[in-house]
Amino acid sequence: MKHIKTLNTLQCQTSVGQTCENNK
Amino acid sequence: MIHQYQNNGYNIVLDVNSGSVHVVDELVYDVIALLDEGKTEEEVCLLLRERYPKEELTEALAECRELKEAGVLFTEDIYENAIIDYKARKTVVKALCLHIAHDCNLACRYCFAEEGEYHGRRALMSFEVGKKALDFLIANSGERRNLEVDFFGGEPLMNWQVVKDLVKYGREQEKLHNKNFRFTLTTNGVLLNDEVMEFCNKEMANVVLSIDGRKEVHDFMRPFRRGDGSYDMILPKFKQFAKSRNQEKYYVRGTFTHHNLDFSKDVLHLADEGFEQISVEPVVAPEGEEYALKEADLPQILAEYDKLAAEMVKREKEGKGFTFFHYMIDLTGGPCVYKRLSGCGSGTEYLAVTPWGDLYPCHQFVGIEKYLMGNVDQGITKPEIVDEFKCCNVYTKEKCRNCFAKFYCSGGCAANSYNFHGTIQDAYDIGCELQRKRVECAIMIKAALADNADKE
Repeated sequence: MKHIKTLNTLQCQTSVGQTCENNK
Repeated sequence: MIHQYQNNGYNIVLDVNSGSVHVVDELVYDVIALLDEGKTEEEVCLLLRERYPKEELTEALAECRELKEAGVLFTEDIYENAIIDYKARKTVVKALCLHIAHDCNLACRYCFAEEGEYHGRRALMSFEVGKKALDFLIANSGERRNLEVDFFGGEPLMNWQVVKDLVKYGREQEKLHNKNFRFTLTTNGVLLNDEVMEFCNKEMANVVLSIDGRKEVHDFMRPFRRGDGSYDMILPKFKQFAKSRNQEKYYVRGTFTHHNLDFSKDVLHLADEGFEQISVEPVVAPEGEEYALKEADLPQILAEYDKLAAEMVKREKEGKGFTFFHYMIDLTGGPCVYKRLSGCGSGTEYLAVTPWGDLYPCHQFVGIEKYLMGNVDQGITKPEIVDEFKCCNVYTKEKCRNCFAKFYCSGGCAANSYNFHGTIQDAYDIGCELQRKRVECAIMIKAALADNADKE
């Protein structure tokens, strides 16, 4: 895209903004 | 829901419900703002035709349309019903905070535990009580294998032998019950020595070392009871400790107050002293305290967070980067939406244990009798407290529903809410303002580093 760059490509331990082993 | 903002030269659009982050040019930034107001594509073209060429406007609108169709822009909130079902599930206990010592050798002015005593009496946890706590955790953890135990205080090193004995007991029990204990320790460093470091490097998955930053800042807030500061005693030991852990699996952790609103200097001071894992966090205190953060302090604090983020980007590019706890964010492999919306686990998956074995929802509730929920002998005797915490999430808090940061903070700290509003179903307003700024800064850092990677 010329105008937009998307950094990521939504719809565990106690603690959030945490890495999930099952969501890698 | 869209949240768009400009920071450090970047135009950033956060699509809140998908968690997608878009770095855009001025044109798209303006286009999205109008689309978010409900304007049609034709109206957008009319409103922006004097600022941008028609061809570019058409391109920008097409790109926005493509992202919307891909489910990463202007997405709807479809999570409320799912979270209600999720919260109804049976939970297990995953972690305990052991108050191994309700006593301290410092007299920090801002300590919520009041010189370690938690509004009560001085006490050290006995091995027997600690053992029962570990047994309680094993028995109430269901099928879960990984269990966490934090040695907390007061100052845990004032009861060091019991810490070591409990680690040994935990290691014996984990083999018998197919569990894996992850032990952590928080210390003010006064009693830290080679023997403690060696033991921790073998057994503690993480250590938290309390230091506020610059010497004058630290010594003012963290004096000994006789009045003199503790900085000179602890700094060399903390540096040795961090080095011995290969600069990982630790945090130097400080607190900033009304007296050092220029706290980015404290963060950078710690970085310049060689620490690579740093957390400097806002004090939470009643407004009447002279060191408390006030509404009027907010503009300076927010500017300070921006300044720190920009400096961190600069240092990262120079190969001198460091980790700042509140700017860590995982945009690609972060937790699922259930975890994000249901909160930290206090009162359900995480409990605090006093030296005499009482159970509370977390370390910040210790001493508030209303939240005494059981003990290590009888277990949970007030399941209604568990239910109260279980039913607390971003959809039950009015302030959180329309907040762009809800997927990153999960509704904030229950203890802060209780201390400021008398209920866990609210949110601590100054904390919310700071959290929103930190999320913005954390995302900007990701954008800047991605930009840098593209250029290399």
